[in-house]
Amino acid sequence: MAKMWINMGPQHPMTHGLWNLRVEVDGETITDAEPVIGYLHRGWEKMVEDRHYPQIIPMADRLCYGSSFTWSHVYCLAAEDLMGVEVPERAKYIRVMSDELQRIGSHLMWLAAIGPDLGNLTIFLYAMRERELFMDLFQSLCGARMTYNFPRIGGVRNDAPPNWERDLVRTLDYFEKRMDEYEDLVDRNSVFRMRMVDLAPLSAKDAINLGVTGPSLRGSGVKYDVRHNDPYEIYDELDWHMCVRDEGDVYARYRVRMDEMRMSVQIVRECLKKMPKSGPIRVKPPRTAPVGTGMARMEDPRGESLMYIIGDGTDKPFRLKVRSPFFVTLSASPVMLRSYKVADVPSIMGMLDVCMGETDR
Amino acid sequence: MDLSAYPHAVAMSAKEFVDWSTNVMDDIARSSGAKRTLDKVAGPLFNWGMRNAIYPLHFGIACCALEMAAASGPRFDTERYGMVFRSSPRQCDVLLVNGWVTNKLRPALRRLYEEMPDPKWVVAMGECAISGGPWYDSYNVVQGVDTFIPVDIYIPGCPPRPEAMIDGFLRLHQKIKVSKLGGFMDD
Amino acid sequence: MEETVTYTIDQVKSKIASAFPTEVKFEDKVRPRRLFMSANKDALLKLCTMLKDELGFDHCSCVSGVDRCDRFQSVYHICSCSSNITLEIVVDLPHDNPEVDSVTPLWGGANWHEREAFDMFGIIYKGHPRLERLLLPADYTFFPMRKDCETGRK
Repeated sequence: MAKMWINMGPQHPMTHGLWNLRVEVDGETITDAEPVIGYLHRGWEKMVEDRHYPQIIPMADRLCYGSSFTWSHVYCLAAEDLMGVEVPERAKYIRVMSDELQRIGSHLMWLAAIGPDLGNLTIFLYAMRERELFMDLFQSLCGARMTYNFPRIGGVRNDAPPNWERDLVRTLDYFEKRMDEYEDLVDRNSVFRMRMVDLAPLSAKDAINLGVTGPSLRGSGVKYDVRHNDPYEIYDELDWHMCVRDEGDVYARYRVRMDEMRMSVQIVRECLKKMPKSGPIRVKPPRTAPVGTGMARMEDPRGESLMYIIGDGTDKPFRLKVRSPFFVTLSASPVMLRSYKVADVPSIMGMLDVCMGETDR
Repeated sequence: MDLSAYPHAVAMSAKEFVDWSTNVMDDIARSSGAKRTLDKVAGPLFNWGMRNAIYPLHFGIACCALEMAAASGPRFDTERYGMVFRSSPRQCDVLLVNGWVTNKLRPALRRLYEEMPDPKWVVAMGECAISGGPWYDSYNVVQGVDTFIPVDIYIPGCPPRPEAMIDGFLRLHQKIKVSKLGGFMDD
Repeated sequence: MEETVTYTIDQVKSKIASAFPTEVKFEDKVRPRRLFMSANKDALLKLCTMLKDELGFDHCSCVSGVDRCDRFQSVYHICSCSSNITLEIVVDLPHDNPEVDSVTPLWGGANWHEREAFDMFGIIYKGHPRLERLLLPADYTFFPMRKDCETGRK
């Protein structure tokens, strides 16, 4: 049987986000794979060189639209590192809470996307329903459902409105009960498990060397989380633990994300207890940045995101480099795909949590 | 064969015969009033069916695609309007462009548009599809999808709320109603 | 169970300084868990090999290209999962011939980053397994992120 290269994409019911996966198949078995990206490349890094520092925050939101708060947050952290701005305490807590709520929202979007891939259409409806609750919380906090434009260099844009914390506690209580329902629906489904367990294992050594970060790395048994190992904001003052699994297969990556959702709920509850009840939420940054560099790393829902910014004394950045976690995980995916069947591709690629906006920039 | 005995016989080539036979049905239906009667009865029915079962293409490009997905979620259900997302362009009525179109994507999108059978409509959702959006000075983004595909409905927003997307589709319903599509032998 | 040795920033700094006294210069910037340095482009591969094999820097976070108008730069962010230190290594490259050794044989995570730096800037990474265009269509002839490349639309 001759080997041939098949295009899976760019228009394909499986490809969340716009990319092309070329697979070399021998019958039904994959012998090699090559992701082809660039369909969403808009030259983000070139465009930001022509924007003022505050104008880049909504642009950073649209880098990965599934988890937009984390990207504008990492941009603000990098700009604050460059300008030497110290963020007030209450703003840090609001940022961390919004980060974790965004993490839950992003993981719910992932769950809604992988369900139909693997044949479980109900989980799409359940996850979208829960995600709407979190989008409502964000809407009352900052006015937008998806691309928030909420953090600022020096803090956040506005304080939480009255009754926001009451609504937040109600949502978290409701959500925790619903998580049990998802696990009933998905984990106890033997067909779902058969499609995930023992599939595409990635060893810890391979994962670290190939630059994989985030839940895919922690699913291979490596205890590395930027929030824990390289803490930023107030993560070192909170009492939480990493979600790690040892097996390294697709099921382990799936379980890490589900555990992370529960852990995020715990972190938000703790922040609510420890947050200062009032205080400044914003500091005015300088308009022009000093000559120098700034760098910030953060744990995005997909892995480690990093922004490297070079200032040149004007009010526009000289260079802003974005390190996207999925860019690297995607480059590592051919290793995970070899020797599996074409029908396993949605399962393996879906569990890596695709977001092409940040990959192509 | 002596054709002078059959003065009403007409000799035609194959192509002439095909042209004649396609037109004679049309002429008979129109001149006898059969088309008008059928259109009065069935036209509105077909038009109602056409606009209440719009199948968009399952094609998500960027941020607006998440709002499209939220619109098909349980809160802003689009399926009650008859909108079922189909994966193959040959089974779709509407090409919903929801995101920025890059130079790499442009030929693929044009091909998807041409693969869709008539009658078809194009809805540009979000600022990026309408005019390039926030990426107005990008070297790789097409400044508006209507530069290479004819667009019927524009839904502004960045991203437009799911209710705005549904409102856009209801306007498409109005547009289809007014255009009186669904007539007998109209294509 | 392997024994993982952890190093402090000062230990790393002194080890690098003793092995590369002239080729590596440290910057004065102080941040928790960070070390900033600039390296000679010829010493880069030896430096990275030492970082990986002897000091346990096993994760290459990012490789960026920068166009400083009179020279190019290739900036490496390398982390150690066990010691929790992030290094920032800046390598200067001549503007008319931006070539440097690729670190992809050491860390597979640098593969697509170097391809992207080539795509955007035209920096050549010697020894890269596949240095082709990644994000832009293959028939583009310009390197968009260079400062002298005017994209023409403002």
